[in-house]
This record gives sequence, structure tokens and C-alpha cells, in this order.
Amino acid sequence: MTQAVATHEAPKSFIRRYIFSTDHKVIGLQYLFLAMAAVAIGIILSIYMRLRLAWPTERWPLLAKLFPNAMAGGTISPEFYLSLVTMHGTIMVFFVLTTAPLGGFGNYFLPIQVGAHDMAFPVLNMLSFWVTLAGFLVLLAAFFVSGGAPISGWTAYAPLSAIGEIAGPGLGMGQNLWILSIALFCIASLLGALNFITTTLNLRTKGMAMTRLPLTVWAWFTTAVLALLAFPVLLAGGILLLLDRVAGTSFFVPGGLIVSDKILPHKGGSPLLWQHLFWFFGHPEVYIAILPGMGITSHVLSTFARKPIFGYRAMVAAIFAIGVLGFLVWGHHMFVSGMSPYSAIAFSLLTLSIGVPSAIKTFNWLATLYKAQIRFTVPMLFALGFVSIFVTGGLSGIILGQTSLDIPMHDTYFVVAHFHLIMGVAAIFGIFAGTYYWFPKMFGRMMNETLGKLHFWLTFIGIYAIFVPMHILGIAGHPRRYAGTEGFDFLAPLQPIHVFITIAALVTAGAQLLFFFNFFWSIWKGRKAEMNPWRATTLEWTIPSPPPHDNFGAQTPVVHHGPYEYSVPGAAEDYILQTAPPAPTKS
Amino acid sequence: MAKPITSLKDLETIAVGPRPPGRPDDGGRRSGEPPPSLPEGSYRLAMFFALASIGMLFLGFTSAYIVRQGLGGDWQPLDPPTLLWVNTLVLLASSATLHRSRQLLRREAVREGVRWLSWTMALGLLFLVGQYGAWRQLIAQGIYLSTNPHSSFFYLLTAAHGVHIFGGILGLGYITLRGWRERLVFIGTPGRLQQYNALVGAAALYWHFMDGLWVYLFILLFLWR
Repeated sequence: MTQAVATHEAPKSFIRRYIFSTDHKVIGLQYLFLAMAAVAIGIILSIYMRLRLAWPTERWPLLAKLFPNAMAGGTISPEFYLSLVTMHGTIMVFFVLTTAPLGGFGNYFLPIQVGAHDMAFPVLNMLSFWVTLAGFLVLLAAFFVSGGAPISGWTAYAPLSAIGEIAGPGLGMGQNLWILSIALFCIASLLGALNFITTTLNLRTKGMAMTRLPLTVWAWFTTAVLALLAFPVLLAGGILLLLDRVAGTSFFVPGGLIVSDKILPHKGGSPLLWQHLFWFFGHPEVYIAILPGMGITSHVLSTFARKPIFGYRAMVAAIFAIGVLGFLVWGHHMFVSGMSPYSAIAFSLLTLSIGVPSAIKTFNWLATLYKAQIRFTVPMLFALGFVSIFVTGGLSGIILGQTSLDIPMHDTYFVVAHFHLIMGVAAIFGIFAGTYYWFPKMFGRMMNETLGKLHFWLTFIGIYAIFVPMHILGIAGHPRRYAGTEGFDFLAPLQPIHVFITIAALVTAGAQLLFFFNFFWSIWKGRKAEMNPWRATTLEWTIPSPPPHDNFGAQTPVVHHGPYEYSVPGAAEDYILQTAPPAPTKS
Repeated sequence: MAKPITSLKDLETIAVGPRPPGRPDDGGRRSGEPPPSLPEGSYRLAMFFALASIGMLFLGFTSAYIVRQGLGGDWQPLDPPTLLWVNTLVLLASSATLHRSRQLLRREAVREGVRWLSWTMALGLLFLVGQYGAWRQLIAQGIYLSTNPHSSFFYLLTAAHGVHIFGGILGLGYITLRGWRERLVFIGTPGRLQQYNALVGAAALYWHFMDGLWVYLFILLFLWR
């Protein structure tokens, strides 16, 4: 097989080639590195929180160096704890869980997997990254303005978020920057989503029917549609919130509100309106984070089980069903808001019905593994870990989706445990699976297998050690967003659990250093990778590692096979590339 | 030599010579040339999805409007500033001029088509000036953004729509300029004109949508109270 050689050379200057690049692969890497920086900051913030929860009165003069004003005296005040909650949540949800799987892997691999030379609109693609980066910097700036970062959480519930500094530290300039950052992120997502959709629909190569798309592409495509329709509603809410804050309107602030002995001039607004607008975006956002992970998991499971994915069409239908249902269930975040029990029942039933496509996916994954010759490589371990965590986190979702159970559990650690597993950790496992799987393609070298396995087992066990006890805290009635148990008699007996969780979190966070070391070490020192080290079938494995500037050069690929033709009876090898010549008709 | 012209490709061959040899499916691309142009309809498709997204933005505002109105209390409906009727006519007229421009461009009357494009831009600008005038009319009555929820929504929705119209004017400006610069190129290469027309088509989709959106907002703000 001849190698693809770029017929269209990359720009020569460093700035055009690596900084303001329109190459989807460079942009994908830019997104990935942005997400890595964001996740490092997000983890550091969560360590601060965990230390505060485990040892509330301890002084941390060394840690205070990072936040000299907010941590005066070396302790974390309850207000600063809330700032940490807000920033950790916002950074992780937007700049890690949305940025890495969609902006990173989606940008890098969607055009290659459909056989395109680049995205449909490369300049929009570049803009999308730079606007995202601007949003990230604006968000971080909130730490450094007077009053510090906002304390209203990543959901920024009104009226707390809508009335300014009078409501607490960080709710002045900090909250404004938060809104601006989210608005920038919304616009960047729109630009990105347009590219994903147009490229998938219009730039597929010859023979790449929609039914031959890898499941990763289906997942990114659906995610892009969700982002396209969900983010504008958040943008609308953000604009209204900003007007309430700076222009004296009353969309979300009710009349006669007394804060710090002052009657506010607003009148007649509805805080619940914000919740509706926010969660109409917020629930699809959960699927924006997790769907790419599902796609990567399907892809990786099939590759290392050496079997076709079980029920390809059912998998596609399930992705779509989850996407559509995701728009109809936002009310389950608001069961305690005083909504009519009839709407609560409707939201509850719709929520539970998401269990059906989720179960289809889970059982299809298990069926793919059934009687398979599984190769336990690092990406495979993380894909299996994804299935495990998706099931664990999904089961507590069935509990929270029922009004009668949600009402006592609402705003307790049970919810924290649930959404961290299903949205946070599962998506992160998808990102890890994707990183270990595609690293050879992106950098032309292999990551270290031993370090990777150590990283997997420490993370996998560590995650369960962190989040299983949180369910117990929640069932015991421990509210979330409390900076500590001191002063609450009924919480005092739970303190040892907090200490245990914090130790588990420190070990798990430490294990991530293995990943970062492995990643950067392997870029320069890893074993050289061949074109197709995993013996996989899809188009990215038919071109050199790393791919040339225009992916396929003059050899536009022609596709003759489905994406998961593994262990086909009678075939010479146990995998058939999508570009392999069509099977001869039976003689 | 006397091959009958059956496709655009044949026309292109006559105009700029045969394509350089290469594999048939890579568009005869040589090293250093830009990647092959987008498949037909890509601009339209992307614009369609962009408008779906913009539609969701205004749907978000609409639901807030309906909920806020339902809360009653301090809701005091405004009377439409008289200028709004004029502005509406101006914007509708701009859709008509754009339509005319599309017709001319499709008939390869590039000069005239581009001229009608600039008329469309001018009408768009006039609309924005008119909207500002309507704001002045309200301010003269002492009605500001925070006066009451209906006035908040009026300023918000007109501003949000105005920003989109402004973006549309910038887009039309780019297209007009490009059309004027390349008007001679188009004569020899119908393929280029077809590409250009695809771009104009996407812009027209946007502009007509913004026109319809304004009518919708007008009805929402003043007829459905």
C-alpha cells in the first residue's frame, strides 16, 4: 500500500501553521491542550475543596500562596469554598467535558473518519477555538477581580446571581465575567457545531454512506446538533441575567426582595424562569458531555474485542433517542421548585424512558464483548471502565428521576455522586480511552503501556472510593455546597467519611500525574507507531501517523466496507479496512 | 472539437481550458492549490443550521416573554412607536430587492445583480437607523429599558434583532464587494459564478429569515399582548 503524501503543503510560517492554523488537526490538538490546562486547574480547585471538607480548621499557608486575598490566614472561608465550587464546576463542564471530546477529538478525527481533507469551513473552525480560549481566559480572570470569583455555582441560580455584590463576594464583577465567558463559549460552540454538521452531511468521501459512518462520527454529529440547539437558549438566559444585573430590568428578580436590610428596586421577576432557561440548556449539556464518550467506547470496544459492534443501527437509533429525549426532561432538575405534580410526573416518566436507549447501548456493548477474544490494552480498559461507570451512575439516575425519591435526595451529596459519575467521570474515561487509542495517530508514537495500566487501575479504584461513599453521605442527608460539617450536629458523625473521600481524591489526583507524564514523555520518547498499530478498520488508520496536512493527499479514499468488519469469516486477516477492495461476489 | 456542451464542466473547459491531469476524483488539484471547493449546497446547509440556532435564541427569549407576561402585576403594554410601521416596510422592501438581485445574478447579469445587492444593504442600514429612531420616540415618552417588563423586552428584542441585521449587512457588504471585484472573472467561468451564487443564496436565506423574524417579533410585541 502506498502512503498518502500531502499534495497541499501546510503553511510554512510557525504562526500560520501552529497558532492561527485552519488545519482541523492542529485545531483539535489546540482544543485538547486547552482542555488539559483546564482539567489541571479544575483538579487543583477540587483538592482545595476536599482539604477544606476533611480538615476544616487546618491552616494551609502553602496553598494560600495561590489565592493570597481569598485565603487570608491560610484557611478557606465558606464563601471562598463556594467560589471554588463555582469555578470547578464551570471549568470542568464547559472547558473540559465539552471541549476535549467534541472540540478535541471531534475536530481531529471527524474529517478523517468521513474521508474529508478538512472541515467544511476551516476559518470558522479556527475562530471557534480562539473564541473558546477567550472565554476560558475571561472565566479565569474572575479570580483576580475585586470580590473574586462568583459563589453562585455553575448553575448561577437567580436571584443570588442576579442582584450583584450585595448578595455576597464575587457576585459583582466576578459574576459578570462568568456570564461573558459563558456567552463566548456559546458562540464558539455554534461555530464548531456548524462545521461538524456540514462536514458530516456534505463532505463524506465516495462510498461513505451514513450507514458506514463510525459510531464516533454519529456521536459527534448528534452532539453537534444538541449544542447547536441548546447553547442559544443559555445565551438568551445569560443576556437576560446580565440585563437584570447591570440595566435594572426585572426578568428574574422578584419584587420586594430584602437583602442585607435593603429593599431592592426590582419587581415582578421570576427566579424559576432562570431555572427553566438554564436547565433547558443544562440537561442537553449533560449529553453533549457524555455522547462522544459513548461513541469512543463503541469504537474502542469493537476494535479490541475483534468483533463487529453489536447492533450498529440500534446504537445509532439509541444515540438519537437520547439526544431527542434530552430536550424533554429539564424539569427533573426542578422537582422541588414547587412545580405542578402533573408536570413533575410527565418529566419523571420522560426521564425514566431515557433508561431504554441507555440500556440498549449497555447491552449492545456487553453483547459485543460476549465470547470475544478481548485484548486488554489501555484504551480498552478505559472503555470497559466507561461502561462500568456509566451503569453505576445511570442507576442512581433512575432513583433521582422519580419525584418521590428526588425530593428527600435533592441537593444532597447523592446528587453530587450521581452527576460526577455519569457526566464527569464517565466522560473523562471516554476522553482517556480516546487519548490512549488515538495518541499513536496524533503523535506518531505509542504511549507507555505499563504506566497506562497503572494509571487506569489507580483511577478506576480511586473513582469508586471517592464517589460510592458520597452516596452514603447523601442518603444520610448531607446537603451539598456546605463548606464543612462544623456547627451541624447531625452531620458531625459523617466527618470520617469526608476524610476518607479526601484521601481517595488525593491518591486519584496523584495518579493523574502518571497520565500527564506518560503523555508528554511519549510525545518525544515513545516507541514509534506504525500506520495502524491496533489493526483497526476506519479511515484514520489508512494514512500515516501523524497524518499529512491534507489527510489523504491526492489519494481520496473510496469506501467499500462498514466501519466494524472484524473477524469476518473467510477473510485473510481479522480486520477489513473500510477502503479494502469490495469482497468478490460468491463464486 | 465540436463536442456539444452538456454540462457546466464543458463550459468551464471552453472558458479556462481542460483541467490538469490527475485522478478524476481529486479535482485535478496541483500542489499548493487550495482544497477542492465545497460540494454544492454546503453554504445553504450550514446557513440552515445556523438559522436553527438563531431561532432557538429567539425561542428562548419568546418563552421568557410569555412567562414574564403571565406573571402579570407590573406588565404595562406599550403602544408601538409609529416609526416601526415604516421600518417594517423598509425591511420588507429590502427582501424584495434582494430577491431581484438573486434573479439577475442567476441570469448572469452580474453588474445589475450587484447593484441590487447594494440597494438591499442600503435599505438594511435605513432599517437600523429607523429602529434607533423608534427607540428615540420611546425615550421621548420617558420609557426606558427598565421602565417595565414590556419595555425591557421591546428594547432587548429589537436590539438582538438589530445586531443580527447588522451582521447581515456586513455579510452583504462582503458579497457585494466580492461580486464587484470578480464581475469580469464570472464572464469566463460560469463555475465561479455558480459558486458565488451559492454564497449569495445562503446570504439571502439569512436575510429573508431576519425579515420574517422581525415580522414575528412585531406580532409578538404588539399584536399578541
